[in-house]
Parts: sequence; C-alpha cells; structure tokens
Amino acid sequence: MEQPNLSFIKEITGNDNQFQESILLILKKEFPEEKEAYLKNISALNFKAAADDVHKLKHKICLLNLSIGCELATQYEKDLKKENIELHKEFVQILNKIHVYLNI
Amino acid sequence: MKCIIIDDDKTARLIIKNHCIQTKKIVVLEEFSSAIEAIKYLNTTKVDLVYLDIHMPTFSGFDFIETLKDLPKIVLTTSDKSLAIEAFEYKSVVDYLLKPITQDRFNKSLEKIEALDYKKNTASDINVNSEFLFVSVDKRLVKINISDIYLIEAKGDYINIKTDQKNYIVHATLKKIAEKLPASHFFKAHRSFIINTNEIIDIEDNTVLIRKDVIPVSRSNKSLLMNKLNLL
Repeated sequence: MEQPNLSFIKEITGNDNQFQESILLILKKEFPEEKEAYLKNISALNFKAAADDVHKLKHKICLLNLSIGCELATQYEKDLKKENIELHKEFVQILNKIHVYLNI
Repeated sequence: MKCIIIDDDKTARLIIKNHCIQTKKIVVLEEFSSAIEAIKYLNTTKVDLVYLDIHMPTFSGFDFIETLKDLPKIVLTTSDKSLAIEAFEYKSVVDYLLKPITQDRFNKSLEKIEALDYKKNTASDINVNSEFLFVSVDKRLVKINISDIYLIEAKGDYINIKTDQKNYIVHATLKKIAEKLPASHFFKAHRSFIINTNEIIDIEDNTVLIRKDVIPVSRSNKSLLMNKLNLL
C-alpha cells in the first residue's frame, strides 16, 4: 500500500530546503483544519461542502505523492456531488495515514 | 511580465510564487485567496498574466473570467483534468496547469506564453507592412491585394471592401482595418468610409469621386485630405 513521502515535493522544490520547509509548514497547519472540516461536513451530510473539502485535501494528498489516493479523492469528490459516500472509509484511511506521517 | 496568483490553497500559491521567482521572468505583484478580491485589485492595476485556480468556493475561476471585461492572459491551475475542454473555450486562457505544478511544467508554460507574445507582435507587423490583407469571408480566409482596394464602407457591424475584382463583406470595423492599411494612401474621409487616395478622380465641395462612387468627406477631415494630395 502506498505511503506518503516527500519525493514529489522535492521534485517541485528542487534543492531549495527553505521552500520545502515552507510547504511542509503549510501542510502541517492546514491539513488538520481541512480534515476536521471534512469530518464535520460529512457528519452533517453536507455533501457540497464535503466535496469542497475533499477537493482541497486532494491537492495535499497529491503533493505527498499518494497517486492512488489522489485518484480516489478525485472520484470521491465527484461521488459526493451525487451524494454518494461509499468511498468515505477509504478516504479517511488516507487522511489518517497523512496525519501520522506529518506527525501533527 | 507582471502577474497575480489567485488560489484559495496556500500551498498552491506558494508553489506558483516560487516557480515565478525561479524563472526570473515573472514578477508576482500580489496573491489572492479569493477571486473577488482579485477583481477589485485588477480594477486599479494592470497585469500581464493571472494564475487562476478554477475550483474555489463561492466564486470560481470561470466566474472570474466571465466577470472581468478587460482580461489579461490567464493560466488556469487545477487538480481536475476534466475541465480542460471548457477552459480553452475562453479566449484569454493560454494554458492549463495540472496541480501540483512542477518547475519543468511551469517553465514550458512560460515558454508557450512568450512564444504567443512573439507571434502576436510579429504577426501585426507583417500585416501592416504586407502588400496583402487576409480577411475572413464565409469561414474562409481570403487574400486581398491591398493596392486593389479602392474603397471601404462601414455597414453596421460589417465593412464592405471594394476592389477591382469584387466586393467583400467582412465582420470588422473601419478602425480595425485602418490599422492594417498603409496610411500613405488610405484615408478615412468620413466616419463610414475609407478611401484609397490614389483612386480619387475629383473632389467637389465635401464629396470625393472614387471611380463611380461619390463619397462624403467630413468637414473636419477635408483639410487633412487636401494636405495629403499633390496640389498644384
């Protein structure tokens, strides 16, 4: 199963460690907020808002080089617009994995 | 090149901003998390380029494009592949970058924009200096020898270009075609007419005879016309 890693962020930032650190700082700050917002909206069956949350989280999932996770998020965002939450469990597993990785 | 970045995602803005800095060709004037704030900014500041996220809550990138009248070049940034076709329906959209954006892809996009600018600049020069003019008639580009044009008449949203061989009805304005014609022998005699001064047969009061057409000359333009002619 794929694991989050920094290889894509390193590709984007080149050898610029400061740039890499800036990205990680934002990820660590925004990720828990966005995850919480998603969980809140999905609990309230607020599908439109939850789809927006998934969209925002998707960028972070892609940044952490989780290509399968990124595909899943793309599909889940579409599904949520149709009020289909079948992928919720798998999506949360990805989020939890990132949470642990970022050591938040 | 001056640009702004519009994206509700801070990491996305940071990545684009850093790519801009790396290229040393683009200055980031400002960054916005909301397209509405960017519209207010663009009302007072001119930029060459906008890096625009499509998917933003309440006011999307497409809403932004449809709201602004005088649009700069736009590079759309999104993590959604499926919007590419819709994106290129907008004339101002010059590229479409899939997030997260690598420096390599960003640089290629910039090269494309620079090439477009170059093409635009050189194309307009060729048109002005050329002996020919290409006009769109019934979805065909028709080549017209400029020296064959003796009169152009405005007709609402169209112009009628009269030449030795035939007349061409083209969707354009007199102002637009005037920019493509040599000022040495084309003259706007009236708000509805451009004449080829080489084709003047005679001038009487405030009219000029071009072949068989009697064309009015605006009072304000009469003296300008007389200055252009080789008077004895």
